[in-house]
Amino acid sequence: MNGAHDLGGMMGFGPVDAEPGEPVFHADWESRVLAVTLAMGALGEWSIDVARQARESQPPAQYLISSYYQIWLAGLEKLMAARGLASAGELASGWAGGPARPTKHPPLAAANVAKAMTAGSPYERPAPAPVRFKRGDKVMTKNINPTGHTRLPRYLRHHEGEIIAVHGAHVFPDSNAAGKGEDPQWLYTVKFAASELWGPDADPRDSVTADLWEPYLESA
Amino acid sequence: MSAHSHDHDHATSGSELDEMTLRVKALESLLVEKGYVDPAALDALIETYETKVGPRNGAQVVAKAWADPAYRERLKADATAAIAELGFSGRQGEHMVAVENTPEQHNMVVCTLCSCYPWPVLGLPPVWYKAPAYRSRAVIDPRGVLAEFGVTLSPDQAVRVWDSTAEIRYLVIPMRPEGTEGWSEEQLQQLVTRDAMIGTGLALAPGEVKP
Repeated sequence: MNGAHDLGGMMGFGPVDAEPGEPVFHADWESRVLAVTLAMGALGEWSIDVARQARESQPPAQYLISSYYQIWLAGLEKLMAARGLASAGELASGWAGGPARPTKHPPLAAANVAKAMTAGSPYERPAPAPVRFKRGDKVMTKNINPTGHTRLPRYLRHHEGEIIAVHGAHVFPDSNAAGKGEDPQWLYTVKFAASELWGPDADPRDSVTADLWEPYLESA
Repeated sequence: MSAHSHDHDHATSGSELDEMTLRVKALESLLVEKGYVDPAALDALIETYETKVGPRNGAQVVAKAWADPAYRERLKADATAAIAELGFSGRQGEHMVAVENTPEQHNMVVCTLCSCYPWPVLGLPPVWYKAPAYRSRAVIDPRGVLAEFGVTLSPDQAVRVWDSTAEIRYLVIPMRPEGTEGWSEEQLQQLVTRDAMIGTGLALAPGEVKP
């Protein structure tokens, strides 16, 4: 969706506010949001792409005034209500109004935290079809405006680029976030000249790359 | 109405918990009561990312790449495997790519869509990395952003910005500073800052670290 999260190339946010000696967390609640989000994800009730869509589908004005952990919290509460893990009343009060419902995976145990984080969850899958592009190929990104989750940012739509890496077939977030299965697709790194994206004011030497799935691309 | 004013006075006096703290405490207690989360697991997750996983991991990777040409080649060929050799792997680092700065090209990493960042080697991202100013400008004005970070490039260097739009996570290998010939990997690690591995900084010069 063309949401407020799709920030590449926007203007007016001012200088980057880097904080010297920044702590990992600025308040205890931030660390609890991180942990609760990871632990709830481990229940297997939604994929990481579903979680991303929940975060980015907030009203644009709300998204832009929220800190990142506030965005995570809002996304988590939305998913829990949508999936019937907690009611709106329970979320508002903090008190359980009924029993938990069974979940796909059991709760993450403290003893399994290190193992789960170190293992991660790789996203490469067996290829569903022969690879279409190779390094050096010129491609054109499609002009698409899906209402669901997508990883083709607005600033990279309908631009010519060059394939510089082929990464194998990866879970396709557009499908995975919609609950339509992983639908693995070939993933490429595509290089775009800065001048192709931003016009003659861009430094002619500079470039931007993005990792884009085959359904976003056509031969140039 | 008077009750509301009373609460408001307390909130502004700083003597009670702020709104976010209360909201998150309520959520956590609900999840624990329902049995969805184990409080000890939450503590373990926080401890992992507060004390164990951070940019010192990435500094080990970079220093080894500087000191060991064979490791550098392995890192460039298959960064996930080369980084796992040092014991770093997992969530938000399942598919790693190392991009090397050269006299011709400076690399910089962003996630314009959210906050994608290589956790196993850099830990959790700083606030600025997740905030709109960096995410919006890194791709359209990378040289302006670099200037704000105090980075001066050589006139010959192109800038390449890597937008992390998939599950590939990027680690920038900064150029090894001059005057570090013969340094051990442990010494070299001291020169590798977090920002140098995002590409919003350069490695420190030998004189910038405590001996």
